Amino acid sequence: MPKLTLDDLAKIREKTKRLTTIRVGGEYRAKVCVHMGTCGIAAGARTIMNALMKELEEREIHDVLLTNSGCAGLCSREPMATVEVAGQAPVKYVDLTEKKIKEIFEKHVLGGKIVQEYALGIGSEKTDY
Amino acid sequence: MAEMAKEKAYRIHLMVCAGTGCVSNNAFGIKAALEREVKKQGLENEVLIVTTGCNGFCERGPLLVVQPGSIFYQQLTEKDIPHLVEEHFLKGRPVKKLMYTPPKEKTPVPVLSDIDFFKKQVLIALRNRGLIDPEKIDEYIARDGYKAVAKALTEMAPEQVITEIANSGLRGRGGAGFPTGLKWQMVRNAPASNGSLKYLICNGDEGDPGAFMDRSILEADPHSVIEGMVIGARAVGASEGFVYVRNEYPLAIKRMNIAIEQARDYGLLGNNILGTGFDFDIKIVRGAGAFVCGEETALIASVEGRLGEPRTRPPYPAQSGLWEKPTLINNVETWANVPIIIDRGAKWYASIGTLTSKGTKVFSLVGKINNTGLVEVPMGIALREIIYDIGGGIPGGKEFKAVQTGGPSGGCIPKEQLDLPIDYESLTAAGSMMGSGGMVVMDEDTCMVDVARYFLTFTKDESCGKCTPCREGTKAMLDIITRITEGKGTEEDLTLLEDMAHAVKDSSLCGLGKTAPNPVLTTLRYFRNEYEAHIRDRKCPAHVCRQLNVYTIDENRCLTVGKGCDLCRRNCASDAIRGAKNEAHRIVQEKCIKCGVCYDVCNFGAVKVD
Ligand SMILES: Cc1cc2nc3c(=O)[nH]c(=O)nc-3n(C[C@H](O)[C@H](O)[C@H](O)COP(=O)(O)O)c2cc1C
Ligand code: FES
Repeated sequence: MPKLTLDDLAKIREKTKRLTTIRVGGEYRAKVCVHMGTCGIAAGARTIMNALMKELEEREIHDVLLTNSGCAGLCSREPMATVEVAGQAPVKYVDLTEKKIKEIFEKHVLGGKIVQEYALGIGSEKTDY
Repeated sequence: MAEMAKEKAYRIHLMVCAGTGCVSNNAFGIKAALEREVKKQGLENEVLIVTTGCNGFCERGPLLVVQPGSIFYQQLTEKDIPHLVEEHFLKGRPVKKLMYTPPKEKTPVPVLSDIDFFKKQVLIALRNRGLIDPEKIDEYIARDGYKAVAKALTEMAPEQVITEIANSGLRGRGGAGFPTGLKWQMVRNAPASNGSLKYLICNGDEGDPGAFMDRSILEADPHSVIEGMVIGARAVGASEGFVYVRNEYPLAIKRMNIAIEQARDYGLLGNNILGTGFDFDIKIVRGAGAFVCGEETALIASVEGRLGEPRTRPPYPAQSGLWEKPTLINNVETWANVPIIIDRGAKWYASIGTLTSKGTKVFSLVGKINNTGLVEVPMGIALREIIYDIGGGIPGGKEFKAVQTGGPSGGCIPKEQLDLPIDYESLTAAGSMMGSGGMVVMDEDTCMVDVARYFLTFTKDESCGKCTPCREGTKAMLDIITRITEGKGTEEDLTLLEDMAHAVKDSSLCGLGKTAPNPVLTTLRYFRNEYEAHIRDRKCPAHVCRQLNVYTIDENRCLTVGKGCDLCRRNCASDAIRGAKNEAHRIVQEKCIKCGVCYDVCNFGAVKVD
């Protein structure tokens, strides 16, 4: 009995490839950037980040790039995040909660529809990556 | 098998270089600090810490590359880590002061691929460097690893595999540049006497001082070598392989061992590989470290447990090698090229390089150069590009003088030939050779006669002594050169040296003796004036050969600038300096032993050397 069949090998490849995409810079359907200045963290940006991590993990999504950046200069509206769906202008969301970010993830990141009621404005400074 | 666990994704991967260079600069201390801080900041579910093989820019180690984005951090200390983790990974603000700033520039270059050292490199043999944990087979597989073996075992006939390798134009990376496909064909065609045994060897002896190409591959990507060997075994019909690694490479041996175990676990080594009915397994053999043991017939003797001495060829190992069976021996880097050629095709590979030299070559760039490290470049690239663009030129604003390629028995290539395209033929035509890929850069302060003496000392010591031309010839040449560096040479010595060099080259038994005269011949060819200065003028133009130096003190400067500080006199071991404190000093030439200490200690530039 062979230990590994050709099929098994291909499966391992696909799975590990997904988990390591960020090392080689594959195609991303969207980028989400959580603002993590001291102000953001104080306002609960970690909760937002954790909620996003959980979404990615549970849905086994590997083509959404999750990054963070420093203070966005609008400390009173933290926590904030910027969503940039490939090929579209980035959208900044403010006064986030765990519930709101889950909704944004579902509707905007995956569904492509901007959640107007939480959005601050369209257009943003560039993220680092 | 291959049960799929729930996938755990991380948003940041920290690629910590754990090559030998960085490890000796505390890479594991850095890694531990990263783990500690990541945990402290509660980021352990977001940040994955990965140890990789050598990144190549060892000079700047310990290194960390942050993914996504390939942010390059260098010369890290444990002290830097808390700040780095908080700023970059928690708050998303990359830390500029830990990035690389090119010499003479002020702004750091954050992204790896924007750094000159990496820009012109083309990674084929080192295709996975910095991207995978060499101790995790799954990560190798994710980079299309073991895809080629699947193809070679299920879709290709052995002859087709050989044709593909032959068409790719791949040549041996261990020194001689023998066409790999042709060698494989010879082994395949060799009639297997008593039984049908044939063997495979991976030559990882890497005896050239300063060279670490093969070590790096074994450490960073051991599976690429294993996969290449399985493909080779299938092509020539071998059932057992040996990886010969020098004992001084403990990390390479460890990673290779782990890789072999993992490949066996997955059934990529052993019986019935991938269910195809093909059997092949690999053992590691530790080399004892003699330079000559890298020569294939000596290596085979050493694997058999005999004294590591070369023998005459033919018969070639392809006809009668290990235990007198047909044996396919290739270098580490050669093996690492095989899988990607099979995967991507001969045509793709042959599109890189020059007419006669295809693909890329890995070089270890050392000596008087700003960016020392390991580089992989396409064949045909000019020496100038390697030294100035990738290597960043010569430190301290000094002039480039020569580059030694091909290891201790390669040759010195002068400034006039900086535009030489790197390939097997042009290096040979220049009197040097590709060798295994050592590149030692020398600046204006180097004495070329002394360089020849240095390399010849190495080859003389490493000569196994079996054949007379090499044993006696290297010694006799060394005696002459030493005489010249001591100012006792004559004009006839140059002719004698040249004749002897040709004789040793022509009549030695193995490659060691055949190539040992190269440093002598090339320095004679390109730097004859330096030999002549040593002989006629009794001068060493670079002031390296101390026996030829004349040390004097500028008495005026000593008195007016140095105020007769007396430091030289107090440091003189042979009591050759006269003068009291606060007075001008003077050297008594008859007593001077030319040790140069006075020159080194004088803080006022009052001691002159000529
Ligand atoms: C003195 C001497 C030392 C050698 N050392 C090495 C070595 O360290 N590694 C290596 O791969 N080949 C070395 N070689 C070349 C081997 O004899 C042999 O040609 C090579 O391993 C074949 O593999 P390749 O065709 O893939 O290059 C050496 C040859 C000589 C003459
Ligand atoms: S060992 Fe880290 S770069 Fe070479």
